[in-house]
Amino acid sequence: MAQSHDAPLTTPLASRHAALGARIVEFGGWLMPLQYTGILEEHRAVRARAGVFDLSHMGELFVEGPDAVAALGFALSTDPGRLKLGRAHYSMILFPEGGILDDLIVYRLGEERFMVVANAGNAVAVSDAMAERLEGCRAVLDDRSLATGLVAIQGPRAARVLGPLTDVALDGLRYYSIAEGHVAGIPALVARTGYTGEDGFEIFVDFGSAGTIWDALLDAGKDEGVVPVGLGARDTLRLEAGMPLYGNELGPDTTPEEAGLGRVVHFDKAGDFVGRAALEKATSEGPRRKLVGLVLRGRGIARHGYTVYSGDRQTGVVTSGTLSPTLGEPIAMAYVRPSDAEPGTILEVGIRDQRVPAEVVPMPFYRRPA
Amino acid sequence: MVPKDLRYTKEHEWVRVEGDMATVGITDYAAEQLGDIVFVELPDLGRTVTQFNAVGVIESVKAVSDLFAPVGGEVVEANSELSTSPELLNGDPFGKGWMLRIKLSDPAQVDGLLDADAYEALTSEG
Repeated sequence: MAQSHDAPLTTPLASRHAALGARIVEFGGWLMPLQYTGILEEHRAVRARAGVFDLSHMGELFVEGPDAVAALGFALSTDPGRLKLGRAHYSMILFPEGGILDDLIVYRLGEERFMVVANAGNAVAVSDAMAERLEGCRAVLDDRSLATGLVAIQGPRAARVLGPLTDVALDGLRYYSIAEGHVAGIPALVARTGYTGEDGFEIFVDFGSAGTIWDALLDAGKDEGVVPVGLGARDTLRLEAGMPLYGNELGPDTTPEEAGLGRVVHFDKAGDFVGRAALEKATSEGPRRKLVGLVLRGRGIARHGYTVYSGDRQTGVVTSGTLSPTLGEPIAMAYVRPSDAEPGTILEVGIRDQRVPAEVVPMPFYRRPA
Repeated sequence: MVPKDLRYTKEHEWVRVEGDMATVGITDYAAEQLGDIVFVELPDLGRTVTQFNAVGVIESVKAVSDLFAPVGGEVVEANSELSTSPELLNGDPFGKGWMLRIKLSDPAQVDGLLDADAYEALTSEG
């Protein structure tokens, strides 16, 4: 499976996406399905029933060894040593200057064994940075990104559809947990994590087995109205759920605190970590800007890059925006001055030659029913 | 096959001419390319538009696109349904999804537009 690294990579499900008539786009160095039947329909299917996602483009890096805990504690913002076996947490890998190289989920698979999942577009950079940071440690970095397929099922019916296909007891699998078992007879890691704000599972298998998982989920789900869902709806779902996207809300010039994610920096862990000094300084100075949720209160959709105003003064910039399919209103995320970040504050977004009122609201915009 | 009684532009607008009045919209091909349309901004009534200028905006979930005037003249009517139901452009682009009525400043402009066959040829090449 030698793929040229100049041309975009394809997932094992490429022929299935083509057969389904998916519109394909390049994303993070991969050819991925943007949509099948349409973004709104796919989005609503996930909220009402469930959707199946090809996420084989994501990076999966395994770290194993007696120094794995210490090495990850140095390399990342969190302290993965705190995780119990089978538990996971959201984390970041930082630049020494305190900016964000990628946002991650770290899963503890064993006393000395972890899986770090990175965004597709950053997988190589994360792998390189981790290799460098692990140097001298008794820990092995095994970048299995190109050998691992990932299929997710997300939505209120996800557990009902996946349950009969797996020997993992889903009732006992809490949110942000992972278990080893089988799905459709294939050895798999099953994680109860996701990027939609719904219940759901992310299923990690050997690259060559992703098709079996995909087929099994769609077949088992056909009477439950389960459909394939592309990256277009993945983006509208995560935005409604108040989840940041690397490249929009997160990047080398943002700190976790500015993004409202100060909780992923475990300052109290023992020992140094990359970015500690810079972030301790930034924390003492206070954030220069804050990420907020906006709901537009006039006609218009805020988009990435649009200016945000407070009165006559420019206060910030929109990082993501769309028409929320669930709310039926335009929503956005934006960085603004901390003094303008209080929920209830009325700001304005510059949309072409108009200023459209926008109210700061707490995120998430959507919470799944209890 | 697109309606034979209409004229078309390379930017995928259609025009229906009745005397000196033109009804204008976008084609099913355009709507398909755009994906789910969620927002439409049309020019104000009474505004004079110039042929082929950008006069409004059509937004899909992911992107913002210009609406171009296929003919020049005065905007005498705009389809107000599109502000509450932009999805009409996807569902019925030649019927309920009509966008503007323009009083033609120069009816001869219509002769320069593509007929149904020429438009079909254009979209099947693409």
